[in-house]
Amino acid sequence: MSHHNLRGKTAIVGMATAGVGEAPGFSAMELLGQAAVAAVADAGLKLQDIDGVFAATSSHAFPTMSVVEYLGLKPKFFDGTNVGGSSFEMHLLQATLALEAGLCDVALICYGSNQRTAGGRLVSMSEPQWHETAYKPRHPITAYALATSRHMAQFGTKREQLADVALAARGWANLNPEAFARGPLTKDQVLSARMISDPLTAADCCLVTDGAAACILVRADRARDLPGKPVYFLGAGGANYHRSIVAMPDLTTTAAAESGPRAMQMAGVTQADLDLVMLYDAFTINTILFLEDLGFCPKGEGGRFVEGGRIAPGGELAVNTNGGGLSCVHPGMYGLFLIAEAVAQIRGDAGARQIAECNLALCHGNGGTLSSQCTAILGSEAVL
Amino acid sequence: MDTEAKAVGPQAVYERYLAEGRFMIQHAPSTGEYVFWPRVVTPRGATDLTWVAVRGTGTVYAITVNRARHGAWNVALIDLDEGVRMMSSLPAVETASIGARVKARIEATEEGPRVVFDLIEEGAA
Repeated sequence: MSHHNLRGKTAIVGMATAGVGEAPGFSAMELLGQAAVAAVADAGLKLQDIDGVFAATSSHAFPTMSVVEYLGLKPKFFDGTNVGGSSFEMHLLQATLALEAGLCDVALICYGSNQRTAGGRLVSMSEPQWHETAYKPRHPITAYALATSRHMAQFGTKREQLADVALAARGWANLNPEAFARGPLTKDQVLSARMISDPLTAADCCLVTDGAAACILVRADRARDLPGKPVYFLGAGGANYHRSIVAMPDLTTTAAAESGPRAMQMAGVTQADLDLVMLYDAFTINTILFLEDLGFCPKGEGGRFVEGGRIAPGGELAVNTNGGGLSCVHPGMYGLFLIAEAVAQIRGDAGARQIAECNLALCHGNGGTLSSQCTAILGSEAVL
Repeated sequence: MDTEAKAVGPQAVYERYLAEGRFMIQHAPSTGEYVFWPRVVTPRGATDLTWVAVRGTGTVYAITVNRARHGAWNVALIDLDEGVRMMSSLPAVETASIGARVKARIEATEEGPRVVFDLIEEGAA
């Protein structure tokens, strides 16, 4: 049984964000609603056309119930799979399955958060793990710091290389008027930032922002009748085998090593084919781990790979061209913003940061503490 | 203890042992697996779980120091010599090297007993 028959069967026909950065005075659901309304308009459809709803948020126990109620929808199919920030890459696959099976015709994937203006701290419904609580970990950073410590000890990765990731993200953010953290940033500033969880400083951590995003997916045949340039679903895959960082078999290798090949096989692409690589950079170590696990460089070489501006504007590989979670937007769960940037680049709507000939993009979502890993491949009509 | 333990789940059994000053983990004779943290089935599917005392020695697999306004404390992942990993801390030192050899002890805290580790001094057994 081949799963290649999902390749190119659906397309994103509407995409929007709302409240990126700071949106004082708006609730999470109000921002989500704004994004959904704008995404539907972008698709040239009506809100009432939506009959499939896919949602996960940091503040709603029953996200699809809350969304359908707020937007006045009566979906025939809904899925609130919550695998943290990677939920939305999985939702792309779930929505494609539902559309292809004829269970729905117009799918909405959505997220919204006001975590910055609501308190300025990461909002999470994540429950403590009983075998960890006595040691007072401050997740997520403690978990990512542990992984970083291991990567440094095993492969000689340096803080200066982590800083290269932060500098590349800022370089891209400086080309993106929507990015929240803009302006000059030096390696010294990154290295001398306040140490939070050795070896990670405040500059190794993603932003805490507000923000919402929504996209509309339909079957490919219908996409061609709609006004915008369709961005096709080409493949997706997930991999997950732990929740707590304690149960991660090897802290230097994530399940992206499985989700990536799964998605790329479905899409029929290799690393060399990809024009844009969007990696969930909750912390600087993420970018290094995912470049390795997704096969852009050998295991252990990620630190050296990012040196010398290789993933910065003008570098050899376009990575996180919106500025990433580190410098653009990170409202708790960032996965849908990876997709938003891939759509903008493939449509040619990315302004000053637009990369030439963007036909194939990889979006890699990460959920929990390096736990759930979901990869999705999107492309233009040219690669169908 | 064992008779009483059968009435409750593995987490509660582990916590009762700890309250008695004993650091016990699970072992499945059918597969040879040691398991931590306690559960009802091993990763390979075995359910013939028994409780065994750990040797108490292990190695630092990963470590970080959390730094806050009210102080700093390390959080480490320790690989016990039985082959299982646990989160813990080395309260007697600021931090330690990955690969350092450590020895477990049970520490009383306001929230109850917990397993922590001390560095094994070089040259010591």
